[in-house]
Amino acid sequence: MRVTFEVNGREVSADNVWAGESLLYVLRERLGLPGSKNACEQGECGSCTVYLDGVTVCSCMVAAGQAQGRAVRTVEGMAEQGASGEARLSVIQEAFVEAGAVQCGFCTPGLLVQTEDLIARTVGRGRGVPEDAAIREHLSGNLCRCTGYEKIVEAVRTAAERTEEGAR
Amino acid sequence: MTTTTGTTASGLSGAIKDGVGTSPRRPDGTLKVTGEFAYSSDMWTEDMLWGMTLRSPHPHALIKGVDITEALRLPGVYAVLTHEDVPGEKRYGLEYLDQPVLAEGKVRYQGEPVAIVAADHPETARRALERIRVDYEVLAPVSDPIRAAFDPDCPLVHEAGSLPAHRQYNQNGNQVRYQPIRTGAFAEGASVEELRARADVTVSGSYEVGMQDQAFLGPESGLAVPAEDGGIDLYIATQWLHVDQRQIAPCLGLPADRVRLTLAGVGGAFGAREDLSMQIHACLLALRTGRPVKIVYNREESFFGHVHRHPARMEYEHGALADGTLVYATMRIVLDGGAYASTTPAVVGVASSLGIGPYEVPNVLVDAYGVYTTNPPCGAMRGFGAVQACFGYESQMDRLAERLGMHPVDLRLKNAVAQGSRIITGQVIDSPLPMAEMLIRARDAPMPPERAALPDPGDPRILPGGMANTSHGEGVVRGVGYGVGLKNLCFSEGFDDHSTARVRLEVIGGEPTVLVHTAAAEVGQGLVTIKGQIARTELGVEQVTIHPADTRVGSAGSSSASRQSYMTGGAVKNACEAVRERVFGLVRERGLVAPDHASALLSLSGGKVLSATEGVLVSLVELLGDSAVEETREYRHRLTQMIDPVTGQGDSHTQFGMCVHRAVVDVDVELGLVKVVEMTAVQDVGRALHPQQLAGQIQGATTQGIGLALMEEIQVKDSVIRNPSFTDYLIPTIADTPPMRLDILECPDPQAPYGLRGVGEPGTLSSTPAVVAAVRAATGRALSRTPVRPEDIVGIERA
Repeated sequence: MRVTFEVNGREVSADNVWAGESLLYVLRERLGLPGSKNACEQGECGSCTVYLDGVTVCSCMVAAGQAQGRAVRTVEGMAEQGASGEARLSVIQEAFVEAGAVQCGFCTPGLLVQTEDLIARTVGRGRGVPEDAAIREHLSGNLCRCTGYEKIVEAVRTAAERTEEGAR
Repeated sequence: MTTTTGTTASGLSGAIKDGVGTSPRRPDGTLKVTGEFAYSSDMWTEDMLWGMTLRSPHPHALIKGVDITEALRLPGVYAVLTHEDVPGEKRYGLEYLDQPVLAEGKVRYQGEPVAIVAADHPETARRALERIRVDYEVLAPVSDPIRAAFDPDCPLVHEAGSLPAHRQYNQNGNQVRYQPIRTGAFAEGASVEELRARADVTVSGSYEVGMQDQAFLGPESGLAVPAEDGGIDLYIATQWLHVDQRQIAPCLGLPADRVRLTLAGVGGAFGAREDLSMQIHACLLALRTGRPVKIVYNREESFFGHVHRHPARMEYEHGALADGTLVYATMRIVLDGGAYASTTPAVVGVASSLGIGPYEVPNVLVDAYGVYTTNPPCGAMRGFGAVQACFGYESQMDRLAERLGMHPVDLRLKNAVAQGSRIITGQVIDSPLPMAEMLIRARDAPMPPERAALPDPGDPRILPGGMANTSHGEGVVRGVGYGVGLKNLCFSEGFDDHSTARVRLEVIGGEPTVLVHTAAAEVGQGLVTIKGQIARTELGVEQVTIHPADTRVGSAGSSSASRQSYMTGGAVKNACEAVRERVFGLVRERGLVAPDHASALLSLSGGKVLSATEGVLVSLVELLGDSAVEETREYRHRLTQMIDPVTGQGDSHTQFGMCVHRAVVDVDVELGLVKVVEMTAVQDVGRALHPQQLAGQIQGATTQGIGLALMEEIQVKDSVIRNPSFTDYLIPTIADTPPMRLDILECPDPQAPYGLRGVGEPGTLSSTPAVVAAVRAATGRALSRTPVRPEDIVGIERA
């Protein structure tokens, strides 16, 4: 079958999609967007987290056909392109690199998307910078095996603070 | 929170930006946050095929026949291969050549590869696997490691005479290695009874450590591309490119130089990538089909696709005087190696030599065994044999302290080793080891506030059970526990451990630039950052490029044993020094040094050559012009020895690392649930090359230790894995992981580059016993097995 949907603001189509293919598979293998990662394929690790119509989902658990006509946003859509084509990192991406929240980096794309969602729900709705307990609660579906999460909490806090400062 | 204490004396100028001792950003950080970093599972070519592996459902069975006819008939299938299609050596292995590329005649563990398929879509490949008919004659599993080790009537997992002999390991029957250690009166033949008579108190215990999985997030994967010269190019996630090459080439029947490996992005390792997984399979399929072949394991297959941490059964006895002075200790440890040896002999070497821990004990008797069973193969995981022993000896120290009515830290202080002490192999600890200070710092660190003092003591997010909302604080008891671990760093027991670096200095775009090329595997730890820092510090040049790791440069050894900053760091430093000397030679040759200043010290800084007396002599841009200066150097640490197969004596280790943990936990004693409130880690690191990444190593190690203490276990029954998924094998989430307090000491090791000490592993040792001790303190239960299960806490007997 043919599946057509929007990815990072651009309409895309994939042909010959087998009915059993996940959104993750189509993104990675058919659309050249391997940023979302496959680490468990059963919705436990969050490495494949993307937005589907503004809601974060594990793209391994979404059949590709379910994305038909909908809007998907992935880690590849987070950075802006600078004048000379270089990546201008978002506040969240910047904070993750700066804090040392990235080691092997396999969990990072999913964590970035889920962090963006948290900041939108807190700072973005005038609720202020989330407390550590709220950060841990919101990211508890994203496994990381390298960092022990300390620097991830730090990065999320920094990104939330900077987003709030930027909004003032 | 991280505090750092100690000297920073290394004689290096701190002038260079982003040099050694600072925390620059990872060079791969931007690619990793934009999704552009190419992991091994992201490899892709236009015409590639997908490889997939048929695995045995039985842990132990004879193979009477394999019929691939129906699989080959499926449209879209390009190749189906069995052991008959392996052109070269049929077996490989890190230490013993005992593991078949594809099973021949027999399978020895559940999940052993039997056949491989290449097809145009992963689903086609999967359906082809279903069409392969394998005729098995199922055998009884050899699942009890104690029986496998000691019962002469137990069937042999490997038929007699089928394995090459390794006499230094006392190989015997199912025993892969037996290593005894005897010191003091035990070396003179004294019995345990005689030593008991010398002690005021004795404590003994049986302890067990479950099978832990490394659970890296990036699954085993890679892309094999057939080359025009009949060779193969393999893009692969591994810990050691050259040891992969050494094992792959003979099985393909190719010379090593036609098996070229390039490191693809690695999604974590923790020991699980030291052994081969899909490497040979992908190469075989690519060579057969003439097309690039990609293999990616899914999570379930990953549980069968790599070795795990050895489960351990341990028996300990300690005798002490009334004041806590240790008189003797005995230990027997049986490490279940599973079906194939992997690194089991080396794990036994570590578990035995560090089996009593960092304590002064005059009389020691250790018997350490690694055994073959039909359980999942076990090998390297962060901590490598020292983790299991540490749970045993630290549990014993707590039991002894309780018997003596001493504070657990006081008993440890009473018997602590220090620089100048001998470990039980007779080896002298010849560099700083401030164990006593570390213990005191961990004990005296500020305590987290009592729960009652918090704004909302009933917030489920801070309680055991968490967001499952199982308690509002009733039945919750706090406990505090301590753990100390001693870990060998770098490879031990006479291994020719070395690393190679090629460093090139040239002018690119009007700027002096350094290119650093090594084969060292960046697995997430941040070695790529460290290599750049060393080059900047040694050559005074800001612009550094890290060449992709591949086999076109000499071996870097493994990214394991906490060794890469030491070994590849040392090699990069050596190569930079050689480049620097050649630059100084050029300066002298060109007469840029005034004759009356000939003996003045030269240095490189800010892209210029400086004389101590004349100042700037020349810029590198001017000096080098279009020419480049390139040097390749190897680095070796000091020689080590095999420990004696009878007495267990010998200087087998290169360097020692230590971490002390204090754990604070809240336990719901009615439901058996644990919330780790805080972890304090005190670690001596010699010298912190990159303080931020270093903290990340200790925090990550601490968390894997928490996992082993409270939740992580591959459950194996009758040699069958019952929980091969992230739904059923639990690793700590961010909600399971507490805030951590780090206290970093820097007491330089004069033997090591910059005085550094490997940091990756020590925290993995001490974290587990500290957490379990804290749970014991909260519950009063003996808890002799890790991971601790809810039923252990509430005292329900298991059926």
